[in-house]
Amino acid sequence: MNVVPMKSPRPDAPVTEIQPAHSPPSRRRAPHVASARQPTRMDRLIKILAPPVMGLLVFILLWAWLANHTPQLPGPLQTWRAAVEVFSHPFYDHGPNDQGIGWNILRSLERVGMGFGLAALIGIPLGFMIGRFTFLNNMLAPIISILRPVSPLAWLPIGLLVFKEAQPAAIWVIFISSIWPMIINTAAGVTKVPQDYLNVARVLNLSEFAVFTKILFPAVLPYTLTGIRLSIGVAWLVIVAAEMLTGGVGLGFWVWDEWNNLNVEHIIIAIFVVGIIGLLLEQMLLMIAKRFSY
Amino acid sequence: MDQKFIQIEDVNKVFESKQGAFTALTGIHLTIRAGEFVSLIGHSGCGKSTLLNLVAGLIPPSSGALLCAGREIAGPGPERAVVFQNHSLLPWLTCLGNVHIAVQRVFGRTESAAQLKQRATAALEMVGLSAAQHKYPHEISGGMKQRVGIARALSMQPKALLLDEPFGALDALTRAHLQDELLKIVAATGATVLMVTHDVDEAVLLSDRIAMMTNDGRLGEILQVDLPRPRDRLALAEHPRYVSLRGEVLKFLYQRHAQRAA
Repeated sequence: MNVVPMKSPRPDAPVTEIQPAHSPPSRRRAPHVASARQPTRMDRLIKILAPPVMGLLVFILLWAWLANHTPQLPGPLQTWRAAVEVFSHPFYDHGPNDQGIGWNILRSLERVGMGFGLAALIGIPLGFMIGRFTFLNNMLAPIISILRPVSPLAWLPIGLLVFKEAQPAAIWVIFISSIWPMIINTAAGVTKVPQDYLNVARVLNLSEFAVFTKILFPAVLPYTLTGIRLSIGVAWLVIVAAEMLTGGVGLGFWVWDEWNNLNVEHIIIAIFVVGIIGLLLEQMLLMIAKRFSY
Repeated sequence: MDQKFIQIEDVNKVFESKQGAFTALTGIHLTIRAGEFVSLIGHSGCGKSTLLNLVAGLIPPSSGALLCAGREIAGPGPERAVVFQNHSLLPWLTCLGNVHIAVQRVFGRTESAAQLKQRATAALEMVGLSAAQHKYPHEISGGMKQRVGIARALSMQPKALLLDEPFGALDALTRAHLQDELLKIVAATGATVLMVTHDVDEAVLLSDRIAMMTNDGRLGEILQVDLPRPRDRLALAEHPRYVSLRGEVLKFLYQRHAQRAA
């Protein structure tokens, strides 16, 4: 309704009148508004980007300075050139001991995925049961307290002993070191479900299945997601060490192999790759967690 | 039977805690007729919510018996719907979802999905929330949340409606509005209502009887509210009987059983 009377004078009005009356103020206004808005956007962008960029610059400068004084340590430029080369053929395959970075990353992710997946499959339901049944909690609390602080690699010999093979042993290490945060966070989440919600469940006389799907699961989900995030962090942390010891294709083995070749550039590349993938995993899970917070 | 729809007979409730036993209720006798509206009023800590929770079946009595329609109350049941003070809606379900979960439980075995949905939408319509049915609890106001809580309770077609300070967390205007709506709904459905409140006007306006509780967890007096229905808050404000009833409750609460200094 409002649009019509505002528009109608424009076509009705003589062209000569429009041009001087309309365009100069609109021209004046438009740049003014733009100049007032765009810098603020730029300002904000600079404010957000400047500190991390400066941090990275300082880091690279320190690294370059350190590399200058240590002949064996490659500098940033040298590493960059090596990285370009490594990443230009990510999926080459020259036998089991010489494969592209892409394969190494995928195999490491695969191991983490399997170990972590198994841990989630067992840890999350177990956490629910521990949280729901006090008896089970009291039963398992001492075992969890003893096993949780154990260094992940201490589990490797047991894995090798039981599975007699390197591959499942590495997965076993990932499994056992990433299961605890999921058990503990899920259990804590279950005990923290507001009594109000449980009262609603009782008053509505919901079945145990409905209590689980309609109340417990959604209420605990944010806690479980935190557990998953911590777990995947641990799993990714452990994979390099586990692969160094067990061998096979993977980032950890690659690091060890390049150490034996004294190819330090590649070790540094591996460190960055591990760090960046860890960051991406974390961010991905944070995004999922945000979706499920109430 | 109808004269004794809810029977509370010589009920005592003692809570065991680390500091020792705490007696919340002593020797409560109260009988509520079918279709009657009874308010429990008293200072905070007098045990009125405890009594409501006993009738709801959320907690068991230490001694004595509670009956609903001649049967002992052994636990919560859909024939006694509760409206909680803090609405207690599930934040991950929409308004409709929150009502539907109750409908599903009570009528899910006997009715089709379309009928269930029809019941849920009808309950929301009764409290005037049809437009907000697909919103989540965090998207609506406190008064609307409380209405959803009432709709959820009504949707179960309970024989008794138990209200635990249902309007306590709301501002005065919203509260008055919802009280008027509750009056209409109760008149339309003929539900038996037990309501906990600390609002004297609310108790007099809504109730057939007001059970006034002392600070040591006893039933002090029961006041008959013999005001004609339907009641209108504006007309009642000047009504001499309303004023005198209101005065009696106030006298009980602030003269004879004033709260000890905290």
